[in-house]
Amino acid sequence: MLEVDGIHSYYGKAHILNDLSFEVRRGEVVALLGRNGAGKSTTMKSVMQLVRPRTGAIHFQGENLVGQPAFRVAKAGIGYVPEDRRIFTDLTVMENLETGRQPSRQDTPTWTEEQLFAIFPNLAERRTNRGKHLSGGEQQMLTIARTLMGNPSLLLLDEPSEGIAPVIVEQMAETIMKLKAEGLTVMISEQNLHFARAVADRAIIIEGGEKKFDGSFSELEAHPEIRDAYLSV
Amino acid sequence: MAFFFAQFLTGLANAAALFLVASGLSLIFGVTRIVNFAHGSFYMLGAFIGVTLMEILPGHVGFWGSILLTGLAVGLIGALVEMVVLRPIYRAPELFQLVATFGVILVIQDLALMVWGAEDRLGPRAPGLRGIWRIFGEPVLKYDIVLIAITPVILFALWYLISRTRLGVLVRAATQDREMVGALGVNQAWLFTGVFALGSALAGLGGALQLPKGGADLLMDFNIIGAVFVVVVIGGMGSLPGAFIASVIISVLNVFGVTYLPQSTLVLMFVVMAVVLIIRPYGLLGREEVAGEHGQVGAPETPIRPYPPAGQIAVAAFLGLLALLPLFADQFVLILMIDMVVFALFAASLHFILGSGGMVSFGHAAFFGGGAYAAALLVFHFDTPMELAFLFAPLAAGILALAIGWFCIRLTGVYFAMLTLAFSQLVWSLAYQWRDVTRGDDGLVNIWPAEWLSGTVPYYYFTLILGVGGIIFLRHVIHAPFGYALRAGRDSPRQAEATGIDVKRVQFGAFALAGAMAGLAGGIFVFSKGSVFPTELEIAASFDALIVVFLGGVKTLAGGVVGAGFMTLVEDWLTRLEYWRLLLGLVIIAVVIIAPEGIVGSFRTLWARIRHKEDAA
Repeated sequence: MLEVDGIHSYYGKAHILNDLSFEVRRGEVVALLGRNGAGKSTTMKSVMQLVRPRTGAIHFQGENLVGQPAFRVAKAGIGYVPEDRRIFTDLTVMENLETGRQPSRQDTPTWTEEQLFAIFPNLAERRTNRGKHLSGGEQQMLTIARTLMGNPSLLLLDEPSEGIAPVIVEQMAETIMKLKAEGLTVMISEQNLHFARAVADRAIIIEGGEKKFDGSFSELEAHPEIRDAYLSV
Repeated sequence: MAFFFAQFLTGLANAAALFLVASGLSLIFGVTRIVNFAHGSFYMLGAFIGVTLMEILPGHVGFWGSILLTGLAVGLIGALVEMVVLRPIYRAPELFQLVATFGVILVIQDLALMVWGAEDRLGPRAPGLRGIWRIFGEPVLKYDIVLIAITPVILFALWYLISRTRLGVLVRAATQDREMVGALGVNQAWLFTGVFALGSALAGLGGALQLPKGGADLLMDFNIIGAVFVVVVIGGMGSLPGAFIASVIISVLNVFGVTYLPQSTLVLMFVVMAVVLIIRPYGLLGREEVAGEHGQVGAPETPIRPYPPAGQIAVAAFLGLLALLPLFADQFVLILMIDMVVFALFAASLHFILGSGGMVSFGHAAFFGGGAYAAALLVFHFDTPMELAFLFAPLAAGILALAIGWFCIRLTGVYFAMLTLAFSQLVWSLAYQWRDVTRGDDGLVNIWPAEWLSGTVPYYYFTLILGVGGIIFLRHVIHAPFGYALRAGRDSPRQAEATGIDVKRVQFGAFALAGAMAGLAGGIFVFSKGSVFPTELEIAASFDALIVVFLGGVKTLAGGVVGAGFMTLVEDWLTRLEYWRLLLGLVIIAVVIIAPEGIVGSFRTLWARIRHKEDAA
């Protein structure tokens, strides 16, 4: 579904991603693991073309994304949930959802506000509240719901468990399982190995912008030295 | 009492056009973060296009149809400007965008001159609304009543569009975080174009709606922009109801001012603004701008270094050449050189706060003209000796800068720019309207230097020593600890404060110093010309300096000086052509898009590239 092939991404002169290649297959949940500064967020931004890789190719359902504006990547069916949430603080919950609205797509479930409120019941009670009056967990749910309004077929979740209460983290894991059950393909970036193992089918580990491991969680468990070397436990 | 009420109604009617233009400016700023200086030009275009259409289309339908068609036409022109000029430079620093919109002003001025000629057009009366109605016995124009009725409708329509439609939701979202809106699948490029077109259309509508009360002329663009900025600043940037309230306040005040204080109509507006800003620094309904809120990240500034020995020798050789110039150059060249040095010092003083301080001032002419006027007033009214009067130029400009700076320094970015512009307009309106003292637009004449400086050659040396001395002094300050503190405050105010720098105080000092230096340039200027007019205080004068700094290159120390030399020469040559504004405007726009680093910056980059290639080879 998504093939990333040898991309190099930079922030100014800083070389962040170094010849990174991986694949995401339809229907799976992939966890992108690595320490702070390993390049997880940059990987997601590179797929979205918010950071333009200087070399390499990214194909999504056969279409090359490199060089396209971000809105075309979104329209192609990739939903992006940024790490820092970036909800529109002056807009109400309903209005935030409206910004994400896109036409429905054939190959993927279509979402309405009511369906999303069923998944995120906390938001339903806060429809007319402004984004800035929501708690951290509610903001996290809103940013996911907003992206789902675009009916994506691939969802990129950047560190969904970061900075929210443990109870909410559990809810988040359940939500991701629900989305998978609906037929969505998901890629999450995580530092929390425990959370990743609970929701993902496969792990990709990066460090210094290079891929260090790509395989199942049982394989990863068979090589504790990889975990110790690249993940903070 | 009835008279008061009638006056109030006239003020309300006058608010209509002002509100339309201001709301358009506010809307465009809210989403694109661009302060569109060409907004007054769209207003002017609206008036001219409206007049032309009304001449063609007859009757009720023709009149109102013309107004709507004008809005449409100006909206399309706005969309075109956005796509051609602004789209390539959304990521550029604020100053570049401003300079580009100033280029648009020049282009539109000359295009309007080409199409409609230099003569003023009187607006046609609205059919069926020619006379007056009596309200409590007082006459009120029928058309005024219609305008009063229309304005709230437009306010409501805009409010509905922004707060109740999907387009409005997207616009508000883009105001906060454009990139995220794009990542959600919205083509922001078209969203921006749409907003810009809508804002322009509002300005065009304003221009057409005011026709029966006024007309169309080529000065409308600059004449309204001062008032519009005042309205937007008082109301709060990006707030539509704020723009409405402020338009009403300013217009009503203006009507009463004309009746009771006819000498102070222009000043009144700025006094109100100053009062509002003391109480609410971000306007009545505006909200505080948090630095970095919109995620504008630029490339880090390269550190500036003193010139290497080769550069120092080159500068010394150039100065030597200037010193020897009277030996072989004729009088015309010397006068041109005096102009150039004066302009270079003026530009260098602006560059000092802009480049090193990061404070984009739109009203720097207040200090240049203020210094010139201070000296000229002393000579004119008290026969003060030239030497003493001359000293007062930088002194008075410095004190003026302290006063204006006290208000402005508290603000940053666009608010700072708008406020400096408004204050310079205040100084201008004083010079223009306080005829007893300043003789208004007749100017102050016969302001000649002392006997020993009366020849061109002595005055040339006088200019050279003070002008070049001033520029070298400013350069020196940039390399002194004060300059380091100033630059630290520009690059990271919070971090600078955490290391113990009182950023605001450093900026205040720099602002005053820059004002004094601009005043020094103004002092040299007034005695070289023998006269001073309010034009030296106009917005256009402030913009000349901005353009010069920009052309030379903001990030280079020599930028202001090189830009001033370039501009003086080019203007000397260009102004002989009939449509020089058009050409200059196009050059400015081209430079913004093609060589945004300015002359010095571009050469430096080119040089670095050549050297890099040699290293690689």
